Amino acid sequence: MAYSDKVIDHYTNPRNVGTLDKSSHKVGTGLVGAPECGDVMRLQIEVDDNNVITDAKFKTFGCGSAIASSSLATEWLKGRSIDDAMAIDNMDIVEELALPPVKIHCSVLAEDAIKAAINDYRVKNGLEPIELEKSHH
Amino acid sequence: MNLPIYLDNNATTPMDPRVLEAMIPYFTQKFGNAASRNHHFGWVAEEGVDYAREQVAKLIGATEKEIIFTSGATESDNLAIKGVFEMYKDKGNHIITAVTEHKAVLDACKHVEKLGGKVTYLPVKEDGLVDLELLEQSMTPETILVSIMYGNNEIGVIQPVKEIAAIAHKHGALFMTDATQAVGKIPVDVNADGIDLLALSAHKMYGPKGVGALYVRRKGPRVKVTAQMDGGGHERGMRSGTLNVPGIVGLGKACELARLEMDSEAQRLSALRDRLEASLSELEESYVNGNVQHRLPHVANISFKYVEGEGLMMAMKDLAVSSGSACTSASLEPSYVLKSLGLSDDLAHSSIRFGLGRFTTDEEVDYAIEVTKKAVTHLRELSPLWEMFKEGIDLNSIEWAEH
Repeated sequence: MAYSDKVIDHYTNPRNVGTLDKSSHKVGTGLVGAPECGDVMRLQIEVDDNNVITDAKFKTFGCGSAIASSSLATEWLKGRSIDDAMAIDNMDIVEELALPPVKIHCSVLAEDAIKAAINDYRVKNGLEPIELEKSHH
Repeated sequence: MNLPIYLDNNATTPMDPRVLEAMIPYFTQKFGNAASRNHHFGWVAEEGVDYAREQVAKLIGATEKEIIFTSGATESDNLAIKGVFEMYKDKGNHIITAVTEHKAVLDACKHVEKLGGKVTYLPVKEDGLVDLELLEQSMTPETILVSIMYGNNEIGVIQPVKEIAAIAHKHGALFMTDATQAVGKIPVDVNADGIDLLALSAHKMYGPKGVGALYVRRKGPRVKVTAQMDGGGHERGMRSGTLNVPGIVGLGKACELARLEMDSEAQRLSALRDRLEASLSELEESYVNGNVQHRLPHVANISFKYVEGEGLMMAMKDLAVSSGSACTSASLEPSYVLKSLGLSDDLAHSSIRFGLGRFTTDEEVDYAIEVTKKAVTHLRELSPLWEMFKEGIDLNSIEWAEH
């Protein structure tokens, strides 16, 4: 199974690798997956007073598709409002990266990471976490 | 040096050009059916087969009549296990094997269970070796066969076959070994080791794919297996089907070359492997899997903690290796062999198998070391687990959402 050019591009030149200050109230952190499953994603967002995501960073333990999915997610998150970010669907990632069926779980994990980061931010700022449907994997 | 570099010689090996050369005439001029007893074409084909049979026998210390040609080790394993189960069912119905066996053995055993047989799957010790005491305790008067591989395909550990055979025989059972990874790489002698049945394959020793053999002991005791393929009664009635003459000739040539070159080749490869392993062990948090005293000369299986094997392989561009991680399978289960050594799932996911071979050069190994080190370092920069480890966070203290 060969990887798509876009996966290779994100894998080779991952965007926004790094760490934001997780103690800052402006920063939301999502840590999803498990080492036993071979996938762990940590996605962080920094949000301004207008609920716009000004920065996003990730680190991922996983296969090339998992790394590419989280790299792409950070690209999409920057400049979006929180509400827009909530609307990112894993199938958008699948489509953009041309992920094969066996790698769909990587995109699901990226979507989960986005939502977990947003909820972390909400809870830190005294808001109710958004009820998430139990993920599909 | 040509890229990409092939370091997956436990999956398959390139064919030695000398093997190909030996095979070619048997496709065109010497195309006869080895079973055609009454004309020149048949005789010529039969001669080629006879010579090959002699070479296979010599490599494992057997006699020609004890070699049954098959389509490969999977068929040999199936024929041995199912064939013994059927042939000896009046004597008993119990088979003992180990959890780290190849799927061909494990699944043939599962089939036997469906037919009413009983199978014991022995666990292995942390270094991958079978516990001889446990084997002894597992033997019953019903045990007809003990099937333990010679050298493991994933970690390369060599089982104490001689001791295992002795235990099997003491309790009146036969001993069979899947020696696919060992034959041609290390000395294997069916008499010295006490082997009653042995499976081997050509494509793991620089021969063609689609051909292998099953050794079936003829003396002390005379072993029989029930044929699993009905037809013309070829191979002493144990495996019907027109002989794959070019393939068999190739297997014979591969065995001949292995026998002549094994000693120097094993030395060269183990020195290369040790260099690779020593260099990669310089990386922090890297672990060699399996027993390092008793193992095949050409295999190194190393876990690089906090990076995932499949992602790592992608960064090791131009290196063809394999990983115990199985991110592509629906179950996301890592290697069952590594897990049965007691390795945690995350270490199993982080493993890379390097399989060196006859055509691996010093230069290629140096390149592999450099690329692997770079890739591990790069992926650790991307790894949240590595960051946590460096911050001194105990990963076991985190409640992971298993998915």
